[in-house]
Amino acid sequence: MANVLVGKNFTPPDVRGKVTGRAKYAEDFRADGMLFCRLLTSPMPHARVRDIDASAALAMEGVVAVLTADEVPDVQAPRNPILTNEPHYVGAPILAVAAVNETLAEDAIAKIKVDLELLPFTVDPLESLRADGPDARLDGNAVVPREGLRSVKWTAEDFAAAGDGELPMGEPTATWSYGDIEAGFAKSSVTLDETFVTASTSHHSMEPRTAMAYWENGTCHLFGSNQSQSFVVPGLANYLEIEPDKLVFVGENCGGGFGSKGSAYPIQAVPALMSKKTGRPVMMRISRAEEYAIGSARPGFQGRIKMGFRDDGRLLACDLYIIQESGSNSGGGDWNAAASALSIVYTPEAMRFRGISVLTNTPPRGPQRGPGQNQIAIAVEPLLDKAARKLGIDQFAIRRINAPDHDSRYGGDRGVITSAYMREALDKGAERFDWTGKRARSGERRGSKVIGVGIGQAFHSAGSNGFDGLVRLSPEGTLHIHTGVGNLGTYSYASTSRVAAEVLKCRWENCVIERGDSSRGLPWNLGQFGSTTSFTMTRTNYAAAMDAVAKLKEIAAHDLGGSPDDYDIGNETVFRRGNPSRRLTYAAAATRAIQLGGKFCGEEVAEDLNPMTKRAVRGLAGTGLIGAAKDTLERQGMVPALAAGFIRIELDLETGKFEILDYLGVADCGTVMHPQGLAAQIRSGAVMGFGLASLERQVYDPHYGLPRSVGLYQAKPPSYLDVPTQMDTDAVDQPDPQNPMGTKGIGEPLMGCAGAALLCAISDALGGHYFNRTPVLPDMIVNAVAERPQSHKPLQVNTD
Amino acid sequence: MTDQHEFFLPEGQPAPSRREFIKGVIASGVVVSSVAYVPTTWAQSTPGKSGAVERLLSLNVNGQTRRVDVLPNETLAMTLRYKLGLTGTKLGCDRAECGACTVIIDGVTHYSCSTLTHRVRGRQITTVEGLEGPSGELHPVQQAFMDELGPQCGFCTPGQVMSAVALLKVNPNPTRQEAREAMAGNLCRCGAYDHYLNGVMRAARES
Repeated sequence: MANVLVGKNFTPPDVRGKVTGRAKYAEDFRADGMLFCRLLTSPMPHARVRDIDASAALAMEGVVAVLTADEVPDVQAPRNPILTNEPHYVGAPILAVAAVNETLAEDAIAKIKVDLELLPFTVDPLESLRADGPDARLDGNAVVPREGLRSVKWTAEDFAAAGDGELPMGEPTATWSYGDIEAGFAKSSVTLDETFVTASTSHHSMEPRTAMAYWENGTCHLFGSNQSQSFVVPGLANYLEIEPDKLVFVGENCGGGFGSKGSAYPIQAVPALMSKKTGRPVMMRISRAEEYAIGSARPGFQGRIKMGFRDDGRLLACDLYIIQESGSNSGGGDWNAAASALSIVYTPEAMRFRGISVLTNTPPRGPQRGPGQNQIAIAVEPLLDKAARKLGIDQFAIRRINAPDHDSRYGGDRGVITSAYMREALDKGAERFDWTGKRARSGERRGSKVIGVGIGQAFHSAGSNGFDGLVRLSPEGTLHIHTGVGNLGTYSYASTSRVAAEVLKCRWENCVIERGDSSRGLPWNLGQFGSTTSFTMTRTNYAAAMDAVAKLKEIAAHDLGGSPDDYDIGNETVFRRGNPSRRLTYAAAATRAIQLGGKFCGEEVAEDLNPMTKRAVRGLAGTGLIGAAKDTLERQGMVPALAAGFIRIELDLETGKFEILDYLGVADCGTVMHPQGLAAQIRSGAVMGFGLASLERQVYDPHYGLPRSVGLYQAKPPSYLDVPTQMDTDAVDQPDPQNPMGTKGIGEPLMGCAGAALLCAISDALGGHYFNRTPVLPDMIVNAVAERPQSHKPLQVNTD
Repeated sequence: MTDQHEFFLPEGQPAPSRREFIKGVIASGVVVSSVAYVPTTWAQSTPGKSGAVERLLSLNVNGQTRRVDVLPNETLAMTLRYKLGLTGTKLGCDRAECGACTVIIDGVTHYSCSTLTHRVRGRQITTVEGLEGPSGELHPVQQAFMDELGPQCGFCTPGQVMSAVALLKVNPNPTRQEAREAMAGNLCRCGAYDHYLNGVMRAARES
């Protein structure tokens, strides 16, 4: 039956609050007697705290407390600590001060004497891997899978084996492979062996990670900035050393996270622990400068890739080596995710991955939109063009022949996938964009300006399963959809909630989404990250709604005779098939559910639900008809989100600046749930991709280990003037077979495909000059045009 | 200290006394939140520290006269958010980089994070809370931003709204390029620029 809600545009309920200023973010909450808290952070890239003298600060009138690392729960290294006595980067929080106002707290910090001993430091993974190179931490420089943190050094021979400008490839700490790569290279007509660098990039969430907290009868109430809702609770409770049911987490809105606020993060614990210590509510505002230290960043890569192609462009063999710069913590799994992405986007017949994650004395890294997948997209897509040039084939053709289909396999373990429509996305995009026509005019000159075109592709795994759904029909007949997914700003919390209304055939105007506050009875949901919401939470809401439908039919059969199978739903009633006059309205059925008790109104709870969902159901018991179920629907294989971007630019050879003339993004996200929301994601993901490709980077002074990109104007997320005034969007809109609505996630690859397309177009405009480095900045373009050497060394990282 | 106070007073206007403040509160019915979130000299003074003394002044915010104690170095964003309860104005950077704190002062957009409150006495300040009509009807820009799904995370949205409102006041029918330039002081990390511009163009058409 045709969907009434799914696939249609709607205005998500939180948009009005955003345009009127009523939407509340963490810093908008207040509590009587609230103290303000400020952080004392490390001025050194690596140091040991020998002594802290806070007596002068504590003697100030209005200064209430100092909280040090010795007083907060330990976090197992190399995970980010709450506060630390061994800061590993400039800006690492050492202690916190609470005072009756913020300026007083800041004044008090100026009076605290911290005796620091400078320790060896580095801002370059390769330097750290040398035998005499410094380790970023006292306990090592590398996070080894299944082993943990230790010191890894390569031999002088490892370094000497690499040619000039080539990545040395010493002993990796992770490796996988499939097929025979040497045989593949032997059969190849064209083989590339390329070294590349992708920069680390800050997240730049517009809302700094401010938090406010207070305690009431042993329960902590925390108002934070998180992409996710329910998923945050166990981790945050763990930081506070309390049980999850002793934490009320309020996250109505999140002012941007992009991966950096997907799970609980340790700095949120500071106001809560300070509140516990002082017995008063505590607000801790985080400044923009602090955000560049503790606000997370995408790990950069120093990489090397060898690719062998057949005459027609088919990728026969691929050998990938990645050194991931992980900052001061474990850095995340970008390196391995990058390799797995390569395996599915280009489906090489044989492949080997080797890699190592190396720590530096730069900010902790974490997932950023397309973690690993988008770095590999911007590194490899221009190299596909380089191969196409050598082979004398079209950039479109080399992508199409290597594109995945439903039978393609993923990663080192060659896992199956649910669906892949990359070829369809490429075809649709090429036609809509007029690729052939526009490619024919590539290289056209207008004064100093030249036209370039490009195609980019990207991927992310975009779906999970096994979480819970929860809905409630009230005695007034209103459908309350309880979602614990979070509110990142993609509105997928709302589009996935509409599935419950679709299944229950409820008018959307008669639905209420319950969210944003764990005391509202929210189910255990996956976090809002990894492009997973659309696939995962359509399933939970479907499961909960189906449970409610079954209960409606049981109640109707109980009251009106016959068996549940004799009943159907429609117009917010449950009625007997063939005799619709025998019916109960949803309002009446909800009232009956309360009277009947037991499972109907949540007094009994299904055993397989998560404890958090069980608590939510118990809290709602007796208030209506409860539908609560774990998603036990079938899922076999990885769920690929795929995207292709098509771009045309005009590059000024004299200034190195370019203007994007046309951009089209095409999504393979299964069935489209919310067309307007998808269009917004395609366009805005592209904006972030343009930033990744041509603007953003983290800069560190190698001599002093000091950050030089601590402002939006320095680290440079795109503004209105950096992006096209208008962009085009499309979608394959083919259902994924393993989702009840046919939908898959999409958020992340929309960024990578655009960034990759832009880099390809720049290289195309330059007649085939490949930088093997991101971002590509105007000075690099000017140097390339003038055939001057670049200002950076080939493998240098954290550069201007 | 006296010199500083003179500096911040509008010409020829004596500082209101505490008695006048209390009368003002009774007359206007507007009471500033009793909880002091930024320093207040009445609650705890820091003797000898220059510049830390608050002065009572009147602000015209969203058509209302608001009386409020303000430090010499206090920014308008802090006054709005922490003393007047107007949290729609967001602080994204607190140093004139992002535009989330944009308000309109006498018809011109300003970053309220970088505007001293003492400098805006006697001027008309409009925040995002002041745009809706008397019975809650949205300003055409707000409605258009909703219709075009402008906001994503929404944190920059109040600033984007204010910049668009100010633009359409002086240029009711901008081209897309003009709108892009007028909005360029407002960053959006979500990258929702296209949809905000769609909103500006729709508001221009429909208002």
